[in-house]
Amino acid sequence: MPDRAAIRDEAHRLRRAFEAAGAEPFEGAILQPADTLLDLYGEDIRGRAYVTADPLRGEQMLRPDFTVSVVQAHMESGRGEGRYAYSGLIFRQQEENPERPSEYFQTGLEIFGGDPAEADAEAFAMIRDQLDGLPVRAITGDIGVLIAAVDGLETSDIRKAALRRHLWRPERFKALLARYSSTEDLARLRGGLLAKVKAGEDVLAEAGPEIGLRSPAEVMARLGRLVADAEEPPIPAEQVALLDRILRLRGAAWAMAAPLRELAGVIPSLAEAATRMEARLAALEARGIDLDTLEFEGSFGRTTLEYYDGFVFGFLVDGQSRDNWPPVASGGRYDEMTRVLGNGRPVPAVGGVIRPEQVLKLREAQC
Amino acid sequence: MLKLGVPSKGRLMEQTFEWFAERGIQLARTGSDREYAGAVTGVEGVELVLLSAGEIPRELAAGRIHLGVTGSDLVREKLARWDATVESLALMGFGHADLILAVPKFWVDVETLSDLDAAAAAFRAEHGHRLRIATKYHRLVRDYLRQHGVADYQLVDSQGATEGTVKNGTAEAIADITSTGETLRANHLKILGEDPIHASQANLFRSLTADWGEAELASLAQIDGMVKAAA
Repeated sequence: MPDRAAIRDEAHRLRRAFEAAGAEPFEGAILQPADTLLDLYGEDIRGRAYVTADPLRGEQMLRPDFTVSVVQAHMESGRGEGRYAYSGLIFRQQEENPERPSEYFQTGLEIFGGDPAEADAEAFAMIRDQLDGLPVRAITGDIGVLIAAVDGLETSDIRKAALRRHLWRPERFKALLARYSSTEDLARLRGGLLAKVKAGEDVLAEAGPEIGLRSPAEVMARLGRLVADAEEPPIPAEQVALLDRILRLRGAAWAMAAPLRELAGVIPSLAEAATRMEARLAALEARGIDLDTLEFEGSFGRTTLEYYDGFVFGFLVDGQSRDNWPPVASGGRYDEMTRVLGNGRPVPAVGGVIRPEQVLKLREAQC
Repeated sequence: MLKLGVPSKGRLMEQTFEWFAERGIQLARTGSDREYAGAVTGVEGVELVLLSAGEIPRELAAGRIHLGVTGSDLVREKLARWDATVESLALMGFGHADLILAVPKFWVDVETLSDLDAAAAAFRAEHGHRLRIATKYHRLVRDYLRQHGVADYQLVDSQGATEGTVKNGTAEAIADITSTGETLRANHLKILGEDPIHASQANLFRSLTADWGEAELASLAQIDGMVKAAA
């Protein structure tokens, strides 16, 4: 077990390596306003981060990652492009895995702006370079493919939005997809309520007094959407089966663009995703990444924090189950988060982190 | 000495005393009405510790009492990894209470968790903040909603009169304990879904972290025998 000073030194050494490769150093605060993080991650973050109270500033969290504060700082700077490196402690509650540390060092890198394929490859390669010679294997994925597939479904925009919203919650996603592709009479499920709405009956008359912030107009608006939704034809079984195929894609990364092109015959929007993937693969190869050993998994990155929306990657310890060993490094693209934190102004962004403690452990095991 | 923690007052204390009496163990408060001291007869080597029901989970987890009577809702809410800290020896058949989610009755479009999730998404888009659920059972409710893939909500703390928070405009929905549903109806709320978040009742819990010496194990075996004989 490497000691703490050694881990800290390794964390800073890795950061300096990123700086040497062109990133500027970023230093952020440990205490972060809780509302920003809650707004971004939802209530679940309370079960994963430490919450504390400041008498003047209100609820604060010990940073569960650096990314959010780097994004905020970059968006405030008003600049287009930027490259940042950081190293320091992050804090996570480990109720599910009490054997894992609840505070640990992390070194990371965030790249804003530029050509997305180039930036994806650059972030990946900068991290890979630091893991050279260690027994790790890289797995990649692409949430952008899933988003493109959902966008290309033959169904209403409301259904697409609902599916996109739950991409990161596989169970709910599956349930939604089952409902949207069901040939059952959806109106029947609500015991005649939707028929009454359709007939223009006042369904709120007997329903009890209006209390709370959600107004009767909002209830009626949702009922209107449910009526419309019940008339929506089911998503073709062929397209559902295809989503399933994408989620199950597994194999060498270089071999994935071709099947995607083929699937674009069923869902045309996948053609663009395939083009993006080909550009990324070319950029990775140009940076000397061996595509033969680079793996791809269609569902990779789906169960992590819900902000990755494009290329995702992880470096896992060779021959170890990913349940027992946290990844040595991981990262991905998060364009949407910059839009949310940048008040609607999106800047393409990609980044990744290394866990220096894991790097040292692997190096010690090699000696 | 085996320390047995029981609720120090009210109906819960009385029912606990009755439950043990039916199994041949007499628990009694001693001294004046106001003194929290007790005596145990019918079993050897047991000391009665009178505690607030809400503190019993913590005392069990810390190993300061060996056995304790409290609701399964409190144990699950207050103890992280409760099943690695305590073990239930008996369901006691009283103190029944269901932790449920409730929304305004006039939300005729919301019957299931899936509806709640969709309503929460629309609510957030409309009002600019997440749909607020008032509760004191943060852990249980958060785990439940995560399990069922509900997003775009936030929990707001409410330590009492939770059913009133919707009318008062501090929450849009609630998660609280109910036994009859009377208070919910009076406050124009309806229960969501068919199964409660958790169906709670009083349990006799055993601490897995307390010091179990020979004497304590002997007392435990005696109590266990008497409990099983009555089952």
